[in-house]
Amino acid sequence: MKFDKLMTWKELPAGCLIDEPSTSLRFKTGDWRSMRPLWNSEKCIHCLFCWINCPDSAIKVENEKITGIDYNYCKGCGICAEVCPPKASAIEMIREEK
Amino acid sequence: MKTVAKTGNEAMAFAMKQINPDVVAAYPITPATEVVQIFSQYVADGEVDTEFVAVESEHSALSACVGASIAGGRVMTSTSSQGLALMHEILYIAAGNRLPIVIALVNRSLSAPINIHCDHSDTMGSREAGWMQLYCANSQEAYDSLIIALKVAEQTAVPAIVSTDAFIISHAMERLEVLEDSDVQNFIGEYEPRFSALDLENPKTYGPLDLQDYFFEHKRAQIDDFSKVLETYEKVAKEYAELSGRYYPALEEYKTEDADVAIFTAGSTADTAKEVVDELREQGRKVGLVRMRMWRPLPVEQIKKALTKFKAVAVMDRSDTMADFGGPVFLETRGMLYDSEEKPLITDYVYGLGGRNIKLTDIARVYDDIEQVTKAGKIEKLITYLGVRGEE
Repeated sequence: MKFDKLMTWKELPAGCLIDEPSTSLRFKTGDWRSMRPLWNSEKCIHCLFCWINCPDSAIKVENEKITGIDYNYCKGCGICAEVCPPKASAIEMIREEK
Repeated sequence: MKTVAKTGNEAMAFAMKQINPDVVAAYPITPATEVVQIFSQYVADGEVDTEFVAVESEHSALSACVGASIAGGRVMTSTSSQGLALMHEILYIAAGNRLPIVIALVNRSLSAPINIHCDHSDTMGSREAGWMQLYCANSQEAYDSLIIALKVAEQTAVPAIVSTDAFIISHAMERLEVLEDSDVQNFIGEYEPRFSALDLENPKTYGPLDLQDYFFEHKRAQIDDFSKVLETYEKVAKEYAELSGRYYPALEEYKTEDADVAIFTAGSTADTAKEVVDELREQGRKVGLVRMRMWRPLPVEQIKKALTKFKAVAVMDRSDTMADFGGPVFLETRGMLYDSEEKPLITDYVYGLGGRNIKLTDIARVYDDIEQVTKAGKIEKLITYLGVRGEE
């Protein structure tokens, strides 16, 4: 599907469907956040609890290690901070305006 | 081809058996219960390969059909009246997603007051949902129309409702001719869906949120697909005529060539009206009948061509729009003829609500009335409620 410009009704695929996968990556949804997770790389034990529990794809991982938060997709739900083991406490939720 | 005796419901269930859909999800409702009751027996007896889903409501029935259709299946269901009303939300979802589901429907009044008998208020209330609508006049036509409608639906990706009149057709035994199973299968062919959720090589997103930037384009494309239904219907109906010897135009004319006046109506009443036309013709009166069989999409040009040749037309509507302006067929017919230079005087007769019997004498009275309108050159009474106590 073309995303560089808006399609006319004649260019749409049959049915109201999106005919290729992973297109949501192109749709940034992090801009309605009121709380933001702050990740501390020194405290993180890379258990990946936050990654597996994130309802979107906001936890960035490389080589099985957390590398940060992708704020383009994070809606600030706080699940990552909630599931982070208390002994590590590597993720803190702060107000977006701070 | 063999001759059998079947009610409208039996005929529709038998057509479903010969179609052998992949999935049927349904919930029983009078007077359409028998359609799925008989069909579920075919399933139990192993006469079809269908996955039969017994659900807890019509809303669920059509929702299950939507899921099965998105998965690429050939899908059918059956309902009536309140059941169609409960499906209403999902009707739009099926049509918007271009899922060619076919409903074998029995027209029954909508409550209140609660009633199980015939009028067309259920399907007329779903005119804007994006489904093709075919109104049948007898069991034979119901059987044939289901087979035709399925093929048209699948070719155009527009879902279809094929309806009969409650009890008058659904429960009346008639003689009809049915095709061989293999002929039906060859006629409808293998279903090739435009897309399938089971196509794992090509994953897609079905039913995504569609806001101000694309909703209008998607609706416009749907309207365009819908505009191709009539042409496809005519082609498929002719193919079916070659196979069966029975041709069903979108709009049927009966003894109209030299007629001055005509009744324009649908369903079993149209067949009854033919008897009246024959009787009046014997008296030398120039009366005819036009039967609307397809009411979505509207065969606009055919209706204009058929009706503009008369001096006066009486529309007979088996439902009311609650617009204080008669029934839906009347309203839309007047709209279609507005731009015609030569147009008939058009009156409306709302009749038969809740299964109120429509007699030959009632129909003869309508012909008397429109002949009078023709003589006077003007309409005295635009909308008449025919056969109701307290009305003149």
